[in-house]
Amino acid sequence: MTSQSVAYTTCYMCACRCGIKVHLEDGRLRYIEGNRNHPINRGVLCAKGSAGIMTAISPARLTAPLKRTGPRGSGSFETISWEEALGMLTERLAAVRASDPSRLALYTGRDQSQALTGHFARMFGTINYAAHGGFCSVNMAAAGLYSLGGAFWEFGEPDWEHARLFLLFGVAEDHDSNPIKLGLARLKARGAKIVSFNPVRTGYSAIADEFVPVTPGTDGLLVLSLIHCLLESGHIDTEFLVRYTNAHHLVIEEPGSAEHGLIARDAEGRELAFDRARGALAAASATGIDPALAGTYALPDGRHARPAFALLAERYSDPAYAPEAVAERCGVPAATIRRLAAEMAEVAFNQPVRLDQPWTDSAGRRHSHMLGRPVAIHAMRGISAHSNGFHSCRAIHVLQMLLGAVDTPGSWRYKSPYPKPIPGNGPPGRPPRAPGEPLDATPLGYPTRPEELLVDEAGEPLRLDRAFSWEAPLAVHGLMHMVIARAFEAGPEKIDTLFLFMSNMAWNSAMNPGETTRMLSACDEEGRYRIPFVVVADAFASETVAYADLVLPDTTYLERYDCISLLDRPIGSAHGPADAIRVPVLKPERDVRPFQDVLIELAGRLGLPDFADAQGHPLYESYADYIVRHQRGPGIGPLAGFRGADGTAIGRGEPNPDQLRRYIDNGGFWVHHLPPEQLYFKYANQAYLTGARDMGLIGSNAPIVLQLYSEPLQRFRLAAEGHGPRVPPPRLRERVRTYFDPLPIWYLPLEQALTDRQRYPLHAITQRPMAMYHSWGSHNAWLRQILPENRIYLHRELAAELGIADEDWVWVDSRNGRVKCRARTMEGVNRNTVWTWNAIGKRAGAWALKRDAPEFRRGFLLNHVISEFLPASGGEPPHSNSDPVTGQAAWFDLTVRIERCAPDTPDETAPRPGANPLRIRRAEETDV
Amino acid sequence: MTMLPKREPTARKMGLVIDLDTCVGCHACAVNCKEWNTGGEAGILPDYDKYGANPDGVWFNRIHSYESGSGESSRTVNFPRSCLHCENPLCVTVCPTGASFKRAEDGIVLIDTDICIGCKLCSWACPYGAREFDEDNGVMRKCTLCIDRIYDESRPPAEREPACVATCPAKARHFGDLADPDSKVSKLVKERGGTDLLPELGYRPTNKYLPPRRAQIPTAPRESAGSGGRGIGTALLKLLDKALSR
Repeated sequence: MTSQSVAYTTCYMCACRCGIKVHLEDGRLRYIEGNRNHPINRGVLCAKGSAGIMTAISPARLTAPLKRTGPRGSGSFETISWEEALGMLTERLAAVRASDPSRLALYTGRDQSQALTGHFARMFGTINYAAHGGFCSVNMAAAGLYSLGGAFWEFGEPDWEHARLFLLFGVAEDHDSNPIKLGLARLKARGAKIVSFNPVRTGYSAIADEFVPVTPGTDGLLVLSLIHCLLESGHIDTEFLVRYTNAHHLVIEEPGSAEHGLIARDAEGRELAFDRARGALAAASATGIDPALAGTYALPDGRHARPAFALLAERYSDPAYAPEAVAERCGVPAATIRRLAAEMAEVAFNQPVRLDQPWTDSAGRRHSHMLGRPVAIHAMRGISAHSNGFHSCRAIHVLQMLLGAVDTPGSWRYKSPYPKPIPGNGPPGRPPRAPGEPLDATPLGYPTRPEELLVDEAGEPLRLDRAFSWEAPLAVHGLMHMVIARAFEAGPEKIDTLFLFMSNMAWNSAMNPGETTRMLSACDEEGRYRIPFVVVADAFASETVAYADLVLPDTTYLERYDCISLLDRPIGSAHGPADAIRVPVLKPERDVRPFQDVLIELAGRLGLPDFADAQGHPLYESYADYIVRHQRGPGIGPLAGFRGADGTAIGRGEPNPDQLRRYIDNGGFWVHHLPPEQLYFKYANQAYLTGARDMGLIGSNAPIVLQLYSEPLQRFRLAAEGHGPRVPPPRLRERVRTYFDPLPIWYLPLEQALTDRQRYPLHAITQRPMAMYHSWGSHNAWLRQILPENRIYLHRELAAELGIADEDWVWVDSRNGRVKCRARTMEGVNRNTVWTWNAIGKRAGAWALKRDAPEFRRGFLLNHVISEFLPASGGEPPHSNSDPVTGQAAWFDLTVRIERCAPDTPDETAPRPGANPLRIRRAEETDV
Repeated sequence: MTMLPKREPTARKMGLVIDLDTCVGCHACAVNCKEWNTGGEAGILPDYDKYGANPDGVWFNRIHSYESGSGESSRTVNFPRSCLHCENPLCVTVCPTGASFKRAEDGIVLIDTDICIGCKLCSWACPYGAREFDEDNGVMRKCTLCIDRIYDESRPPAEREPACVATCPAKARHFGDLADPDSKVSKLVKERGGTDLLPELGYRPTNKYLPPRRAQIPTAPRESAGSGGRGIGTALLKLLDKALSR
């Protein structure tokens, strides 16, 4: 007789965070299925989640703490005890903290515990902290948070129940893997139309009713052209604009002055509008006024000002944005752009959604119903991964505002805990005055003015990765793709310990892995490493592990406590806030520990504030203990559910010692359903804003004014024009002036502007297959049967021109090098774009795969031909390959040339860095 | 030769209806099927060379993504493929031992691996490629329609469905009795024009596929491309003239 049991926890095969029901037989995994009660996945589970059982028994799991014994990158290690590992690290970090805490750089990958890791960095006192958002989604997060107080990414979702037209920009698969699929099915069932703007027809694009194969990097231009059409036909929701956005706010027109382009304010600091009813200036927030959206008005001091909308209308009405003017660059016929704009107008204005649900706005006015514009938009990587992505994403948000399609029935909606005040939770923490003190705020924040940047007196960056400097002022997720290059550049004076968690920075998460691994193992003349100490915490033997001096083996997701916190990346929906936990379902039979437990122990040993008491005694015995007892503010902790002594408080309440038990009894999650009157117009919904404030989700119940016009951007631009106490160094002034436009702009992606397009005429992009998206371990025994090697895909006509046939070996050349791979032709791809699946190619020796695995021999990474630096220009050191506003890694700006290999070429990819499998000497001296 | 059972007029025809309009090709159904069946009554679905040069194994369900047509009319179709539980299954009638059989009561086609001799005649007879050979045990394997789930009375009624159906994130898979004209699946087939796969071969599959659709938004005829004028157009000026109330 076998013993059977069931446990509920949260999946971590990707970033979607579905609830799972885990079946065990005699303590061993039998079956994982979706939790039918879970708000994220409602019982469904994707390929990754279903393959979790093979990840839990992967031979690539690390089994003990490791200390490097050979040269870096050789893979030679010996096992050590946890006591030795933690002792070594504590001693090292204590010395760093006592001298210059910023010499610790802590960078985490596909992490879901940034509320903890960020707090550790803050208490340690280092500004050099970030997670993988900088190479994934920061353009989306920043553009959204600075425009709407929410974002596409994980902070919003379409109104699946009411949308009639759904536009996808650059999304083939996304973080919300299962919710989007569930939602698409609901749209399809109702006969809504789905349009996918994407160079490649895979994933969601395959089931879209219309596929628009836009040229990579031109989405922003296409969107501005749609705006042009809507302005031309007068399809603008002006009522929405004056009620919920700053469209009517008056913008000072006084070119050359320190206030040009800022919003005009009265003596009390209230933004001004012009009230046509009274023919006078009025507070823009006043009710009952008839605000002007056009015209020029005199301010009391004699200066002139114009409504923000007037500036916008003037700009995008210009024929330069007409479909005929952009069609060729976008690769989309003008007639298609005009038709799509007409469809948007038709749905928004002739087919509005009316819900007979009364609600009260933040001015206290009661409305009998909710009227919505059922045009919903979702956008992600295809917008994000370009150096013009911030503005392209802002263009989309402006389009939403002009249509009145923000958090209304049928449109895009905020997920709790959003919206938040624009642009967010305050500026980034500043370095402590003395070692041993914490930062004054969390290391990643939201600057709104130059004074909040992290730069020295000369205007040069304080952070290693140059986030929050004039090179990337709104780098709200940091620049993880630059940290190794910048640490190498800066050397031991600026970096001692590079601490990486769950990120494959020496391989598929690196631009230019060959150069990155060279920098990781580079020494000075005396043989000392340029980056003195590298710590890697991970569950698996990734390509990066070989470059560590110290390896801290993590558990798998089925072997630890975790929390999916509202303080971090929440799983709330438009229907209300939610959070969840992971619980250990399996006991590790290896000498491994959950990374979060290790970090808390380390913090305790180091005596960090909030982790140790005044006498230096550790406050928490484990992450589970921390999850329950830690308070970030009064009554606010990592988990929002079941708080207070009796477990009935939500959001805010005293720690509840029984909290984890309550979560477990509830299936591993907590969800709060907002009442119907709070479900829309959250930025101006009195009941919602008040409830959210009381729960601790936001600080005040003041309405959140959507930023059609971004005044913070103008403040940075003014600094670039020489105004204010803090101005950019001369070499960066023109750059900041250009890219800090308060209204969205489109420009050629930076790399393309600096590359010889005759030589490299094709765009090259990547994506991950659905069965591996965001998955930490495509070596999984089942998933690799689905896709063990990748191809470079190109349009049939292009292939015919180049004489390339299916399965031919080809060279893909860029300004940064060449990679050899096999080709496959297809129809559903932009004519001038080639693409491949990312993170399939692996380095021989890694991931416990055998030496003849196809991932090594024929799988390839396009990363080899991408550089983390732009070509140098104007005699200045090269800029990073990033968005100039946010520092987002511009993966998709790549341009290439492709040609057939000679017929006798060997049947394998190139480059193929030498194998460096882990060679681990056990403490008992046996070679494994 | 194995005889097909005589079908009672009231017998059920259990099967799948697969919606090609919503299938995104994510492989969830295939992997969850493998996961359920490899640890269940069907016995282990072997994997060969799990971490080596030729990773492969037995799957009851595989997803193929392909393009059809060219130019404007081309599209990508994600096509899940598994046993169709045919009414005229030659995979059964060719079986020399009776290992391959069709159930009278619900039409499900199964293999009794205890008497399968691994001759592979059935896989040659199946035009859909739905049967896979288990190299480790020398027997043929195939989709069971999760017979150990759909009749398991210890499961709540809502959960008595095949693993592939329960897990499908796009809700592209439906399960039910296709002999009952009032069942959800029969209605879907009728409303959406569900079709047989390769009907000309005469196997009369029970499973049906719903064809892709294309939703459209009719709009009023549009003005010809732009006035070409500079500045703000008259339509917008008219709109901006209207009184607003904040």
